[in-house]
Amino acid sequence: MTPPGYRQGDGRNAGGQAETAAGARARGQIPSWARASIALLLLALFGGLALAVLSLSSPAPGLSEAVAARIGESGVSHPVTAVLLNFRAYDTLLELVVLVVAMIGAWSVGTARGCGGDTPGPLLRHLPRLLAPLMVLAAGYLLWAGAHSPGGAFQAGSLLGGVGILLCLSGRPLPDGLLGWPLRLAAMLGVIVFAALGAGVAALPGGSPLGWPPDAAKALILSIELAAMLSIGFILAALFAGGRP
Amino acid sequence: MTQPVFWALVGMALVVIGLYGLIVHAHLLRKILALNVISSGVFLVFIALARRAPRDGAAISPGPDPVPQAMVLTGIVVAVAATGLAVALIVRLRAMTGRTTLGDEADN
Repeated sequence: MTPPGYRQGDGRNAGGQAETAAGARARGQIPSWARASIALLLLALFGGLALAVLSLSSPAPGLSEAVAARIGESGVSHPVTAVLLNFRAYDTLLELVVLVVAMIGAWSVGTARGCGGDTPGPLLRHLPRLLAPLMVLAAGYLLWAGAHSPGGAFQAGSLLGGVGILLCLSGRPLPDGLLGWPLRLAAMLGVIVFAALGAGVAALPGGSPLGWPPDAAKALILSIELAAMLSIGFILAALFAGGRP
Repeated sequence: MTQPVFWALVGMALVVIGLYGLIVHAHLLRKILALNVISSGVFLVFIALARRAPRDGAAISPGPDPVPQAMVLTGIVVAVAATGLAVALIVRLRAMTGRTTLGDEADN
Protein backbone atom coordinates (compact mmCIF):
# COMPACT_ATOMS: atom_id res chain seq x y z
CA MET A 1 0.00 0.00 0.00
CA THR A 2 1.25 3.45 -0.84
CA PRO A 3 1.60 5.75 2.16
CA PRO A 4 -0.69 8.80 1.86
CA GLY A 5 2.16 11.31 1.85
CA TYR A 6 3.95 9.60 -0.98
CA ARG A 7 2.03 11.12 -3.89
CA GLN A 8 2.14 14.59 -2.42
CA GLY A 9 5.90 14.42 -2.08
CA ASP A 10 6.15 13.28 -5.67
CA GLY A 11 4.02 16.21 -6.83
CA ARG A 12 6.12 18.71 -4.92
CA ASN A 13 9.24 17.34 -6.57
CA ALA A 14 7.68 17.77 -9.99
CA GLY A 15 6.69 21.36 -9.12
CA GLY A 16 10.15 22.36 -8.02
CA GLN A 17 11.77 20.63 -10.91
CA ALA A 18 13.64 23.63 -12.32
CA GLU A 19 15.41 24.24 -9.05
CA THR A 20 16.17 20.55 -8.59
CA ALA A 21 17.54 20.29 -12.10
CA ALA A 22 19.79 23.30 -11.60
CA GLY A 23 21.08 21.87 -8.35
CA ALA A 24 21.61 18.52 -9.93
CA ARG A 25 23.55 20.01 -12.81
CA ALA A 26 25.75 21.89 -10.38
CA ARG A 27 26.67 18.57 -8.79
CA GLY A 28 27.31 17.02 -12.20
CA GLN A 29 24.18 14.88 -12.06
CA ILE A 30 21.48 14.26 -14.58
CA PRO A 31 18.11 16.05 -14.19
CA SER A 32 15.12 13.86 -13.50
CA TRP A 33 13.38 14.49 -16.85
CA ALA A 34 16.51 13.23 -18.61
CA ARG A 35 16.59 10.21 -16.33
CA ALA A 36 12.99 9.45 -17.21
CA SER A 37 13.61 9.71 -20.94
CA ILE A 38 16.72 7.53 -20.65
CA ALA A 39 14.65 4.96 -18.78
CA LEU A 40 11.97 5.08 -21.48
CA LEU A 41 14.53 4.67 -24.26
CA LEU A 42 16.09 1.73 -22.46
CA LEU A 43 12.66 0.20 -21.93
CA ALA A 44 12.13 0.42 -25.69
CA LEU A 45 15.54 -1.20 -26.18
CA PHE A 46 14.51 -3.99 -23.83
CA GLY A 47 11.31 -4.46 -25.84
CA GLY A 48 13.31 -4.82 -29.04
CA LEU A 49 15.73 -7.27 -27.45
CA ALA A 50 12.85 -9.28 -26.02
CA LEU A 51 11.22 -9.47 -29.47
CA ALA A 52 14.53 -10.66 -30.89
CA VAL A 53 14.76 -13.44 -28.30
CA LEU A 54 11.13 -14.47 -28.71
CA SER A 55 11.51 -14.69 -32.48
CA LEU A 56 14.43 -17.13 -32.26
CA SER A 57 13.58 -20.62 -33.35
CA SER A 58 13.42 -22.55 -30.13
CA PRO A 59 15.08 -25.90 -30.81
CA ALA A 60 18.33 -24.51 -32.18
CA PRO A 61 20.94 -27.07 -33.17
CA GLY A 62 23.81 -24.74 -32.30
CA LEU A 63 27.25 -26.23 -32.53
CA SER A 64 26.75 -29.03 -30.02
CA GLU A 65 26.46 -31.69 -32.72
CA ALA A 66 29.62 -30.48 -34.44
CA VAL A 67 31.46 -30.59 -31.12
CA ALA A 68 30.08 -34.01 -30.23
CA ALA A 69 31.15 -35.39 -33.62
CA ARG A 70 34.80 -34.39 -33.22
CA ILE A 71 35.27 -34.68 -29.45
CA GLY A 72 37.07 -38.01 -29.83
CA GLU A 73 39.97 -36.22 -31.50
CA SER A 74 40.21 -33.45 -28.92
CA GLY A 75 42.02 -35.39 -26.20
CA VAL A 76 39.48 -34.54 -23.51
CA SER A 77 35.95 -35.76 -22.94
CA HIS A 78 34.32 -32.61 -21.55
CA PRO A 79 32.90 -30.55 -24.42
CA VAL A 80 33.57 -27.12 -22.85
CA THR A 81 37.22 -27.94 -22.21
CA ALA A 82 37.48 -29.35 -25.73
CA VAL A 83 36.11 -26.10 -27.16
CA LEU A 84 38.30 -23.92 -24.94
CA LEU A 85 41.63 -25.63 -25.46
CA ASN A 86 41.28 -27.37 -28.78
CA PHE A 87 38.56 -26.21 -31.15
CA ARG A 88 38.78 -22.53 -30.23
CA ALA A 89 42.27 -22.47 -28.77
CA TYR A 90 43.03 -19.06 -30.32
CA ASP A 91 40.37 -17.50 -28.10
CA THR A 92 41.92 -18.94 -25.00
CA LEU A 93 45.46 -17.98 -25.98
CA LEU A 94 44.37 -14.41 -26.60
CA GLU A 95 42.41 -14.42 -23.35
CA LEU A 96 45.62 -15.20 -21.49
CA VAL A 97 47.24 -12.33 -23.38
CA VAL A 98 44.39 -10.05 -22.26
CA LEU A 99 45.06 -11.03 -18.66
CA VAL A 100 48.75 -10.25 -19.01
CA VAL A 101 47.99 -6.91 -20.68
CA ALA A 102 45.55 -6.00 -17.89
CA MET A 103 48.21 -6.78 -15.31
CA ILE A 104 50.81 -4.73 -17.19
CA GLY A 105 48.31 -1.89 -17.36
CA ALA A 106 47.61 -2.05 -13.64
CA TRP A 107 51.32 -2.25 -12.88
CA SER A 108 52.12 0.74 -15.05
CA VAL A 109 49.74 3.10 -13.25
CA GLY A 110 50.75 2.48 -9.67
CA THR A 111 52.50 0.45 -7.04
CA ALA A 112 50.84 -2.10 -4.78
CA ARG A 113 50.17 -0.70 -1.33
CA GLY A 114 49.46 -3.98 0.40
CA CYS A 115 46.02 -5.46 0.75
CA GLY A 116 44.82 -5.09 4.29
CA GLY A 117 46.30 -1.82 5.44
CA ASP A 118 45.77 -2.54 9.13
CA THR A 119 47.14 -5.51 10.99
CA PRO A 120 44.93 -8.54 10.29
CA GLY A 121 42.57 -9.86 12.95
CA PRO A 122 43.00 -13.25 14.63
CA LEU A 123 40.77 -14.97 12.08
CA LEU A 124 42.77 -13.72 9.10
CA ARG A 125 46.04 -14.47 10.88
CA HIS A 126 45.30 -18.14 11.45
CA LEU A 127 42.66 -19.20 8.92
CA PRO A 128 44.93 -19.07 5.83
CA ARG A 129 47.25 -21.58 7.52
CA LEU A 130 44.35 -24.03 7.33
CA LEU A 131 42.63 -22.90 4.15
CA ALA A 132 45.46 -22.15 1.75
CA PRO A 133 46.77 -25.74 1.43
CA LEU A 134 43.24 -27.04 0.99
CA MET A 135 42.54 -24.45 -1.71
CA VAL A 136 45.73 -25.36 -3.56
CA LEU A 137 44.69 -29.01 -3.39
CA ALA A 138 41.21 -28.19 -4.66
CA ALA A 139 42.76 -26.17 -7.51
CA GLY A 140 44.83 -29.15 -8.53
CA TYR A 141 41.75 -31.35 -8.47
CA LEU A 142 39.73 -28.87 -10.55
CA LEU A 143 42.53 -28.74 -13.10
CA TRP A 144 42.56 -32.52 -13.45
CA ALA A 145 38.78 -32.83 -13.44
CA GLY A 146 38.48 -30.34 -16.28
CA ALA A 147 39.31 -33.07 -18.78
CA HIS A 148 36.10 -34.97 -18.13
CA SER A 149 33.72 -32.82 -16.08
CA PRO A 150 33.16 -29.13 -15.26
CA GLY A 151 36.43 -27.60 -14.17
CA GLY A 152 39.65 -26.59 -15.83
CA ALA A 153 42.39 -24.00 -15.83
CA PHE A 154 40.22 -20.96 -15.25
CA GLN A 155 38.33 -22.31 -12.28
CA ALA A 156 41.53 -23.66 -10.77
CA GLY A 157 43.35 -20.42 -11.52
CA SER A 158 40.72 -18.29 -9.83
CA LEU A 159 40.98 -20.54 -6.78
CA LEU A 160 44.74 -19.98 -6.77
CA GLY A 161 44.08 -16.26 -7.12
CA GLY A 162 41.89 -16.58 -4.04
CA VAL A 163 44.79 -18.19 -2.18
CA GLY A 164 46.99 -15.25 -3.17
CA ILE A 165 44.40 -12.72 -2.02
CA LEU A 166 43.94 -14.56 1.28
CA LEU A 167 47.68 -14.60 1.91
CA CYS A 168 47.92 -10.93 0.97
CA LEU A 169 45.03 -9.99 3.29
CA SER A 170 46.55 -11.94 6.14
CA GLY A 171 49.74 -9.92 5.93
CA ARG A 172 52.00 -12.57 4.42
CA PRO A 173 53.72 -10.79 1.57
CA LEU A 174 55.70 -12.65 -1.05
CA PRO A 175 59.37 -13.02 -0.17
CA ASP A 176 61.52 -10.34 -1.81
CA GLY A 177 63.34 -12.89 -3.93
CA LEU A 178 60.10 -13.74 -5.73
CA LEU A 179 59.07 -10.16 -6.49
CA GLY A 180 61.36 -9.61 -9.46
CA TRP A 181 61.55 -11.79 -12.50
CA PRO A 182 60.02 -14.95 -10.90
CA LEU A 183 56.68 -13.15 -10.50
CA ARG A 184 56.82 -11.82 -14.07
CA LEU A 185 57.76 -15.25 -15.38
CA ALA A 186 54.85 -16.84 -13.51
CA ALA A 187 52.46 -14.31 -15.01
CA MET A 188 53.77 -14.92 -18.52
CA LEU A 189 54.08 -18.71 -18.17
CA GLY A 190 50.63 -19.50 -19.57
CA VAL A 191 51.13 -17.43 -22.71
CA ILE A 192 54.69 -18.72 -23.19
CA VAL A 193 53.79 -22.40 -22.87
CA PHE A 194 50.59 -22.05 -24.91
CA ALA A 195 52.26 -20.15 -27.75
CA ALA A 196 55.38 -22.35 -27.75
CA LEU A 197 53.39 -25.59 -27.93
CA GLY A 198 51.01 -24.07 -30.48
CA ALA A 199 53.92 -23.07 -32.69
CA GLY A 200 55.66 -26.39 -32.03
CA VAL A 201 52.82 -28.53 -33.39
CA ALA A 202 52.79 -26.39 -36.53
CA ALA A 203 56.31 -27.63 -37.23
CA LEU A 204 55.16 -31.26 -37.25
CA PRO A 205 54.49 -32.77 -40.69
CA GLY A 206 50.95 -31.83 -41.67
CA GLY A 207 50.52 -29.76 -38.53
CA SER A 208 48.91 -26.38 -38.15
CA PRO A 209 49.28 -23.75 -35.41
CA LEU A 210 47.40 -24.82 -32.26
CA GLY A 211 46.17 -27.95 -34.04
CA TRP A 212 46.97 -30.62 -31.48
CA PRO A 213 47.66 -34.11 -32.89
CA PRO A 214 44.92 -36.33 -31.43
CA ASP A 215 47.19 -38.87 -29.73
CA ALA A 216 49.22 -36.20 -27.89
CA ALA A 217 46.31 -33.81 -27.32
CA LYS A 218 45.59 -34.75 -23.72
CA ALA A 219 49.17 -34.27 -22.55
CA LEU A 220 49.48 -30.98 -24.45
CA ILE A 221 46.19 -29.67 -23.10
CA LEU A 222 47.03 -30.62 -19.51
CA SER A 223 50.45 -28.98 -19.64
CA ILE A 224 48.94 -25.81 -21.12
CA GLU A 225 46.25 -25.84 -18.46
CA LEU A 226 48.83 -26.25 -15.70
CA ALA A 227 50.81 -23.25 -16.92
CA ALA A 228 47.64 -21.24 -17.54
CA MET A 229 46.35 -22.01 -14.04
CA LEU A 230 49.55 -20.68 -12.44
CA SER A 231 49.48 -17.55 -14.59
CA ILE A 232 45.81 -16.86 -13.97
CA GLY A 233 46.25 -17.29 -10.23
CA PHE A 234 49.24 -14.95 -10.10
CA ILE A 235 47.63 -12.34 -12.33
CA LEU A 236 44.34 -12.27 -10.41
CA ALA A 237 46.18 -11.90 -7.11
CA ALA A 238 48.41 -9.21 -8.63
CA LEU A 239 45.36 -7.31 -9.90
CA PHE A 240 43.89 -7.46 -6.40
CA ALA A 241 47.10 -6.10 -4.92
CA GLY A 242 46.58 -3.22 -7.32
CA GLY A 243 49.95 -2.45 -8.84
CA ARG A 244 53.63 -3.07 -9.28
CA PRO A 245 55.21 -4.74 -6.26
CA MET B 1 7.60 -19.39 -22.77
CA THR B 2 10.32 -21.97 -22.33
CA GLN B 3 12.92 -21.77 -19.61
CA PRO B 4 15.85 -20.71 -21.86
CA VAL B 5 13.78 -17.86 -23.28
CA PHE B 6 12.76 -16.74 -19.78
CA TRP B 7 16.35 -16.61 -18.55
CA ALA B 8 17.46 -14.87 -21.74
CA LEU B 9 14.83 -12.19 -21.05
CA VAL B 10 16.12 -11.87 -17.47
CA GLY B 11 19.64 -11.46 -18.88
CA MET B 12 18.48 -8.71 -21.22
CA ALA B 13 16.72 -6.98 -18.34
CA LEU B 14 20.05 -7.02 -16.49
CA VAL B 15 21.78 -5.53 -19.53
CA VAL B 16 19.24 -2.70 -19.70
CA ILE B 17 19.41 -2.03 -15.95
CA GLY B 18 23.18 -1.94 -16.18
CA LEU B 19 23.04 0.46 -19.12
CA TYR B 20 20.80 2.78 -17.12
CA GLY B 21 23.25 2.72 -14.22
CA LEU B 22 26.17 3.31 -16.58
CA ILE B 23 24.53 6.40 -18.09
CA VAL B 24 23.01 7.92 -14.96
CA HIS B 25 25.78 7.58 -12.39
CA ALA B 26 28.81 9.80 -12.65
CA HIS B 27 30.94 8.08 -10.03
CA LEU B 28 33.39 5.81 -11.82
CA LEU B 29 33.11 2.97 -9.31
CA ARG B 30 29.36 2.88 -9.96
CA LYS B 31 30.08 2.80 -13.69
CA ILE B 32 32.32 -0.23 -13.19
CA LEU B 33 29.59 -1.95 -11.17
CA ALA B 34 27.12 -1.14 -13.94
CA LEU B 35 29.46 -2.62 -16.53
CA ASN B 36 29.67 -5.77 -14.43
CA VAL B 37 25.88 -5.98 -14.25
CA ILE B 38 25.78 -5.64 -18.05
CA SER B 39 28.34 -8.39 -18.53
CA SER B 40 26.47 -10.67 -16.13
CA GLY B 41 23.36 -10.10 -18.23
CA VAL B 42 25.21 -10.93 -21.44
CA PHE B 43 26.59 -14.11 -19.87
CA LEU B 44 23.12 -15.12 -18.72
CA VAL B 45 21.76 -14.60 -22.26
CA PHE B 46 24.54 -16.76 -23.71
CA ILE B 47 24.11 -19.55 -21.18
CA ALA B 48 20.33 -19.50 -21.50
CA LEU B 49 20.31 -19.60 -25.28
CA ALA B 50 22.89 -22.41 -25.27
CA ARG B 51 20.23 -24.56 -23.58
CA ARG B 52 18.02 -24.39 -26.66
CA ALA B 53 19.90 -27.33 -28.16
CA PRO B 54 17.53 -30.26 -28.68
CA ARG B 55 18.01 -32.98 -26.12
CA ASP B 56 15.73 -35.65 -27.51
CA GLY B 57 15.08 -36.65 -31.06
CA ALA B 58 18.63 -35.95 -32.18
CA ALA B 59 20.80 -38.78 -33.47
CA ILE B 60 23.40 -38.13 -30.77
CA SER B 61 22.04 -36.31 -27.75
CA PRO B 62 24.70 -33.65 -27.31
CA GLY B 63 23.25 -31.61 -24.43
CA PRO B 64 23.67 -27.84 -24.21
CA ASP B 65 25.78 -26.09 -26.83
CA PRO B 66 29.31 -25.97 -25.34
CA VAL B 67 30.58 -23.15 -27.56
CA PRO B 68 28.63 -20.31 -25.86
CA GLN B 69 29.57 -21.79 -22.49
CA ALA B 70 33.25 -21.68 -23.38
CA MET B 71 32.83 -18.11 -24.63
CA VAL B 72 31.19 -17.12 -21.34
CA LEU B 73 34.07 -18.69 -19.43
CA THR B 74 36.45 -16.59 -21.52
CA GLY B 75 34.26 -13.55 -21.00
CA ILE B 76 34.18 -13.89 -17.23
CA VAL B 77 37.96 -13.89 -17.02
CA VAL B 78 38.24 -10.93 -19.36
CA ALA B 79 35.59 -9.05 -17.36
CA VAL B 80 37.48 -9.66 -14.12
CA ALA B 81 40.74 -8.49 -15.70
CA ALA B 82 39.09 -5.40 -17.15
CA THR B 83 37.51 -4.60 -13.79
CA GLY B 84 40.86 -4.90 -12.04
CA LEU B 85 42.52 -2.61 -14.58
CA ALA B 86 39.67 -0.09 -14.36
CA VAL B 87 39.86 0.02 -10.57
CA ALA B 88 43.62 0.57 -10.78
CA LEU B 89 42.99 3.46 -13.19
CA ILE B 90 40.42 4.99 -10.82
CA VAL B 91 42.85 4.76 -7.91
CA ARG B 92 45.44 6.54 -10.06
CA LEU B 93 42.95 9.21 -11.17
CA ARG B 94 41.97 9.87 -7.57
CA ALA B 95 45.60 10.07 -6.50
CA MET B 96 46.43 12.56 -9.26
CA THR B 97 43.35 14.78 -9.33
CA GLY B 98 41.39 13.95 -6.20
CA ARG B 99 38.31 13.24 -8.33
CA THR B 100 36.36 10.06 -8.97
CA THR B 101 34.33 11.31 -11.93
CA LEU B 102 35.17 12.12 -15.52
CA GLY B 103 34.37 15.42 -17.24
CA ASP B 104 35.58 19.00 -17.31
CA GLU B 105 37.37 20.48 -14.35
CA ALA B 106 34.67 23.17 -14.12
CA ASP B 107 31.98 20.58 -13.45
CA ASN B 108 33.40 19.64 -10.12
